[in-house]
This record gives sequence, C-alpha cells and structure tokens, in this order.
Amino acid sequence: MNATVRRLLYLGLFVLYLLHNDLWLWDDPRIVLGLPIGLLYHIGFCVAATGLMVLLVNYAWPSELDAEDEEQSA
Amino acid sequence: MTTIIILCYLGLVLCIGVLSNRFFRGTGEDYFVASRSIGPFLLLMSLFGTNMTAFAILGASGEAYHTGIGVFALMPSGAALIIPTVFFFIGTRVWALGKRHNLLTQVQYFRRRWDSDGLGLLLFVVMLALLIPYLLIGVMGGGITLAQVTKGQIPQWAGGLLVCLVVLAYVSFGGMRGTAWANAFQTLVFMILGGVTFFVIVDKLGGLDSALAQVAAAHPELLIKGDNISPIKLLTYTCIPLSVGMFPHLFTHWLTAKSARTFRWPLMFYPLCIAIVWIPSVLLGIFGSIDFPGLKGAAANSVLVKMIDLHAPGALAGLLAAGVFAAIMSSLDSQVLSISNMFTQDIVRHYRKGDELSEKAQVLWGRLFVIAIFAVTYVLSLVSARSIFTLAVWSFTGFAALFPVVVAALFWKRSTKYGAFASVLTVAALWCYFFFQGWKIPGYTVGMTGVMPVVVILAASVVAMIVGSLLTKPPAKVTVDKFF
Repeated sequence: MNATVRRLLYLGLFVLYLLHNDLWLWDDPRIVLGLPIGLLYHIGFCVAATGLMVLLVNYAWPSELDAEDEEQSA
Repeated sequence: MTTIIILCYLGLVLCIGVLSNRFFRGTGEDYFVASRSIGPFLLLMSLFGTNMTAFAILGASGEAYHTGIGVFALMPSGAALIIPTVFFFIGTRVWALGKRHNLLTQVQYFRRRWDSDGLGLLLFVVMLALLIPYLLIGVMGGGITLAQVTKGQIPQWAGGLLVCLVVLAYVSFGGMRGTAWANAFQTLVFMILGGVTFFVIVDKLGGLDSALAQVAAAHPELLIKGDNISPIKLLTYTCIPLSVGMFPHLFTHWLTAKSARTFRWPLMFYPLCIAIVWIPSVLLGIFGSIDFPGLKGAAANSVLVKMIDLHAPGALAGLLAAGVFAAIMSSLDSQVLSISNMFTQDIVRHYRKGDELSEKAQVLWGRLFVIAIFAVTYVLSLVSARSIFTLAVWSFTGFAALFPVVVAALFWKRSTKYGAFASVLTVAALWCYFFFQGWKIPGYTVGMTGVMPVVVILAASVVAMIVGSLLTKPPAKVTVDKFF
C-alpha cells in the first residue's frame, strides 16, 4: 500500500511538472478573478505544489531517516 | 526621514546578530552550522530567506517590466515545485549524512565520498567563482535601493558599502545562529512589507482593476506570455531551480537542521512563500510600465524603488526600502558564511601542516575570509552594470549544471571520482563558453532557439559523469560502504 501511494505521488510530481507548461493559455488576455489568467494559473500551480508536498510529507516520507536519527541520538 | 528609518532597520538587524552571539558556544561547529540545532520554523525562514534575494525583489520586477507575467511562470512557479522536491530527495539525505559523518561543508562531503582531495579543491574553486555573481547582485541591489530612495543623496557605492558592513558585522558576531535569526526576522519583514508595498501602490494606481486596465491599454503584451518568452524557454527554464541542490549556502543550512523531521515545514510551505513574495514583485514591475515607460535594460532594476518613491514617499518609503534591504541581506549573509566555512574547513584546516587548528582559530579564519570576500565583491560591484536578473541566471545555470554531481554522490554507488571530475570540468568549460557567447546579448538562448544554456550544460554534465565513471575503476568498497 505504502509503496503504491509513494509511486502515485512521484507520478503526481511528474504530471504537475508537465502541467507547468500552460501552452493553452499562452496568448489568452482574459482577466479572471481580477488577474491575468496566465498569472492566475501559475498562482494556482504554486498552491497545487503545496498540496502535493503536504501529501509527500505525510505519505511518502523517508522514515528510514527518522529511524537513523533516533538510533544516533540514542 | 527615509534614511533614518533605513539606518534604524540596519541597526536592529545588527542587534539581532550581536544578541545571538550570547548563545555562541565558541566552537567551529557552532559558528558554521549552529551545532545542528535549528528547528522547523527557523529552517523554513532561513532556506526561503536565503534563496530570495535582490533577484526576487528587484530582478523580478525589472524583468517583469520588460517581459510581463511570463516571468512568474519562468521562475517562481517552476521553483515552487522543483525546489521542495530537491529538498525532499536531496536535502534530507544530505542532512542525515552530515550528522552521521559530522560534515560541516559541501566540499567535505564530496571529497570524502569519492576519496579525492583534488576533486574537493576543484569544486571549491568552481563554486566560489559561480557564487561571486550571486553575491554581486546583493551588493548592487543595496546600492541601487539606497541611491533611489534618498534621491542620490547617498550614492550607489555608499549603499553597497553599507550593506557589506552590516552583514559583515552580524555574520562575524553571530555566525550561523546569528545568520539564521537575522534571516528569519528579515524574511518576515520582506514578506510583510512586500505585501504592504503592493497594496499601497495599487491603491494609488486606482485599484488592481484600474492598474491592469491601464497596462492592457498601453502594453497589452505584458499581460500574456505571447512573444516575450517561447514555450521551449519555459520548459528548459525549469532546470534552473535545480541549482538549489548545489548552492553551498543551502547545503550548509540543510546541515543546521535539528532532525530529518525539521524539513517538513520547509517542504510544505516553501511553494506558498515563494508565491507570496513573487506575485507583488511581478505585478509591480508590470505596473511600472505605466509610470516609468521606456526604461532600457538594467535600468529597469530600479523600477520597484522608483514606484515606492513616487507612490509612497516619506516614512513608508523608508519602511518599504527596509523590506528590500531585508531580502538582500538575508541572502548575502548565508552565502558569505557558507563560503567562509568552506575556506576554513576545506582549505585552511585540510591543507594545514602540523597541529590541528583550534576551534578559536577556525572561527578567526572564517571571519577573515568573510572580510576578504566582501572586499572583492564590493570592488566588483563598483564596475558592474549588468541586469540583476541576468547575473543571477548565469550563476544559477552553473550550479544547476553541477546537480548531477550531488545526485551521483547520493544515489549511484558506481560513480567514481573521475566521473565527478569529468562532470565538473565539463560544466566549467561549457559555462565559460556560453557565458562569453551570451554575455552581451539580452535574453540569450542557445543559437537563439529558445533553449536555455543550462539544458545543454546539464546534459553534458550527466553524460560526463556516466561515461567518466563507467570507463574507470569502481570506487573502493570501504569508501562506498561509509555512505550507503
């Protein structure tokens, strides 16, 4: 289960990386929510990156590092 | 009034540095990595504040002035994903190795990992050379800011000198602990004052809708990516943030963490912090085209300060300029401390004949090198007239191209010192080649195809590492076992 979740989250990193290239908004001058849509999209991208990092920290954390730290501290 | 506020702010930062000296334990480990005692909040603020410099404040607004909203896609948006990912895969492992092997510097790690003094020396020289342009933008940014807000009463050379002296003082007194404290304080200052600046100036422009409408009427090209950047440039620019994997100052900050779990906050909140700082910078740069049309090249570096001066004069201008200073100094301090750390540990201490260097002498050598590097940077700042954005991107390009070195060191047992040598030398040679090709051409890309030089250098660096390692004898098992 953990390995599958970890792989899915790594895949999420790659998908998000691809989504960074917003070719479909390149020449779009619309103002949405008070901001140019090309800027708003990338602000949303930062929020999505935050969400993915929260998931990585909670479900794909390299727990062997914590164990090693505890060993050394002991 | 403005000058008094800035001077008070600088005095406050100095006090924080001096105060932290009361907690100084008198050892090299405490001076350079704060005895590995930094908690989650301070680590987040240190890593973020160190990485946000004049580049993010003055460079971003200057570049947005010329190229519009695409700047946000080019740098902060890609960095919001790449940088925490590097912290996750690289930073946490470096921290663990640092604790296990009592590492104080990046060069120390690579030298021991591949059992090669020569490689350590080469990396020290290359990284020092690449860091100079990065230091330079801080000193230049300080000078530009002070000259603008005082309307030339304090010339640019004096502003740069003041920044150097203040950072020199608190780094010398407080070492890494003082730097981390001052970083946290200054990061909060520039995040809060950046927001205040944005709202004050936008209000004076008649609100966000009105400001955007004025830009849409005069410079509609700034509100789309359009021809200002190409899709291939956006794609290849995402290699630039890989530079955080090899920045000596971030490497040192990783080593200061109290535990692996300390990294959780920086990982989760870094993308939000980067958006909070860059959104006002980019938008104010674009709005600068309304009030100050026609600025050419590096002249746009000062557009943000000009906007502050025009729309928020007096006390507020002083506070807002202090925010710019905060961003500049919170990077300069860590950069200077990390290279003085490498100089002390990897040159003076490592090559010293006779007795081991005492803890007190290590700190003294560190302080002397801080003075020397500031002197060199300051002199260079007097003769440099380059765009802050361009200078930073060239520095990032070199560090990003060295990324395969840290990846191989951490994840590839079969990698050898010859592979690492080949990789570093390839980066040095190609970086020089592209630098001299593109130095005088604004927006230079490889053959003007839109491909950033970093991609070519990075690819060559990967190939050199793989080929150099596979063609040479595998590393000794005893060395590999120490690190895996």
